[in-house]
Amino acid sequence: MSKPFLEVDGLSKVYPDGQGGELTVFEDVRFALEKGEFVCIIGHSGCGKSTILNVLAGLDEASGGNVVMNGKEIKGPGLERGVVFQNYSLLPWKTTLNNIVFAVRARWPEWSKEKIREHSERYLKMVGLDHALNRKPSQLSGGMRQRVSIARAFATQPELLLLDEPFGALDALTRGVIQDELVNIWQETRQTVFMITHDVDEAILLSDRIFLMSNGPNARIAESVKVDIPHPRARATIFQNPAYHKTRDYLVDFLVNRSGSATPEEDGTPRIVEPAIGVARSASAGAETETEIAAHAVNV
Amino acid sequence: MASLNVRAALLSVSFLILALGLWEMATQPPEAQTGLTEYEMLMGGAEQESRVPPPSAVIKLAWAELSDPFYDAGANDKGIGIQLAYSVYRVLAGYLAAMAIALPLGFLIGMSPLMYKAMNPYIQVLRPISPLAWMPLALFIIQDSDASAIFVIFICSIWPMLLNTAFGVANVRQDWVNVARTHELGPLRTAITVILPAAAPTILTGMRISIGIAWLVIVAAEMLVGGTGIGYYVWNEWNNLDLASVIFSILMIGVVGMLLDLVLGKAQKLVEYKE
Ligand SMILES: Nc1ncnc2c1ncn2[C@@H]1O[C@H](COP(=O)(O)OP(=O)(O)OP(=O)(O)O)[C@@H](O)[C@H]1O
Ligand SMILES: [Mg+2]
Repeated sequence: MSKPFLEVDGLSKVYPDGQGGELTVFEDVRFALEKGEFVCIIGHSGCGKSTILNVLAGLDEASGGNVVMNGKEIKGPGLERGVVFQNYSLLPWKTTLNNIVFAVRARWPEWSKEKIREHSERYLKMVGLDHALNRKPSQLSGGMRQRVSIARAFATQPELLLLDEPFGALDALTRGVIQDELVNIWQETRQTVFMITHDVDEAILLSDRIFLMSNGPNARIAESVKVDIPHPRARATIFQNPAYHKTRDYLVDFLVNRSGSATPEEDGTPRIVEPAIGVARSASAGAETETEIAAHAVNV
Repeated sequence: MASLNVRAALLSVSFLILALGLWEMATQPPEAQTGLTEYEMLMGGAEQESRVPPPSAVIKLAWAELSDPFYDAGANDKGIGIQLAYSVYRVLAGYLAAMAIALPLGFLIGMSPLMYKAMNPYIQVLRPISPLAWMPLALFIIQDSDASAIFVIFICSIWPMLLNTAFGVANVRQDWVNVARTHELGPLRTAITVILPAAAPTILTGMRISIGIAWLVIVAAEMLVGGTGIGYYVWNEWNNLDLASVIFSILMIGVVGMLLDLVLGKAQKLVEYKE
């Protein structure tokens, strides 16, 4: 078997606990990502999701274990990995356009000014912000700022995109709109995405797989849940897919009842779960069968 | 209803007229027919000269001086423009030298906690020293009064710039630094494209404080070293008992100080940003 695109091996993070001892936030975290996958990670607050993401980004150092991407160990930040921060992290003295230009120029220093500008504008257009090129971030709403931040990350065409609760600070309505936009951009670019979220529906809408983390301290990535819903997905219609409900129930049950006790496989890799196995195929046989069964049940 | 600005301007002008009026009345020479008081008799006839001059006299003098500000009639008789130019030149020379050192050093201290800890004791001891206390040492070492005055300006304007630069640089939001890191910017590019603009408002605040202090200190410094400059001019006119000139030059010091501050204020506006 060929090596996966990204391999995380035995990652752990230890902090001093403030009383002379040590606090292991998470340990022996192992997983792999394939090229082009969209993977979300869900877990209770404080289990170490952001820390894992920051280690992948190269902004933080793990206490143990290593991360290998494309056969090379990750030692620090790099342009082949793009990050979308929860608080947008736009440079407030630059206009919307120049925030993107800044990133694009860093990625392709040899490009001409016109080419950089054209490329930047294209990505701003993808998130529907081509009308706000010359506004400063302070003149944008939270949703618009996060769009700029997403456009910035995609514009540098990184091999791996890291998103830390990108919609955490947005209201439900705006969040839905930008989720759809993210689906569209991803559909177009098919980049590998690793994203943290607290929102089960968001995870199902976007991901191919969902990692479930057990509670800290000593948190692990316990399970890897396959989302068996074909692309393209849309927020408005995904509810009609029976696989959606199966998956959702499974995730909620994990978070409510099992996140304290869940463990990965013996070898430390996440247990592979397919809660909707079979459902997707029967769904394609037609929704009528389902309603018929339901009707029978009522009759009985 | 007139706008707030118009009403404020009207009020300002009224205050000015009132103040000038009171001043004018308070400084009227005594009328001839009233007999001399005992004090005036003791002081003799020269008391006219030593009176605080009325505003009309100051304005008349100001008009004469400002209509030919750059005349040069020997060491002790130069136009107000020339004297001010000397002072501004010294302030700028000392200030720019301070800037050339304070900004890079401030960056270094701000970016490196080690440097901060190592430099901090020196800064804390040197900063509270009155800049004029350096004057004798400067005169002895440099052996040149002009350069010594510039040195004093250098010393007094370096601290606010240094401390503000270090503070601004050290407190740049980690998020923005992370943006630079994830885009693989080198240390120099990071300093120029991220840290400098992020810290610029704080740095400019320091520069504005510095120019204010420098302008305060130059007057005192020039009174000490003499020769040229507005500080020397004030002192010289006082020795001549030409109080109208003293008052006039005091006003000019205020005006030039205000202009210097205005320039830095404008620069500050340019680099400001809203988060
Ligand atoms: N500098 C630090 N010193 C000690 N403990 C730390 C430090 N930074 C983070 N932690 C601990 O590490 C744990 C993981 O933090 P992290 O931010 O990765 O959690 P998270 O899963 O992203 O949480 P959330 O969902 O709330 O964002 C937390 O319990 C936190 O208390
Ligand atoms: Mg987090």
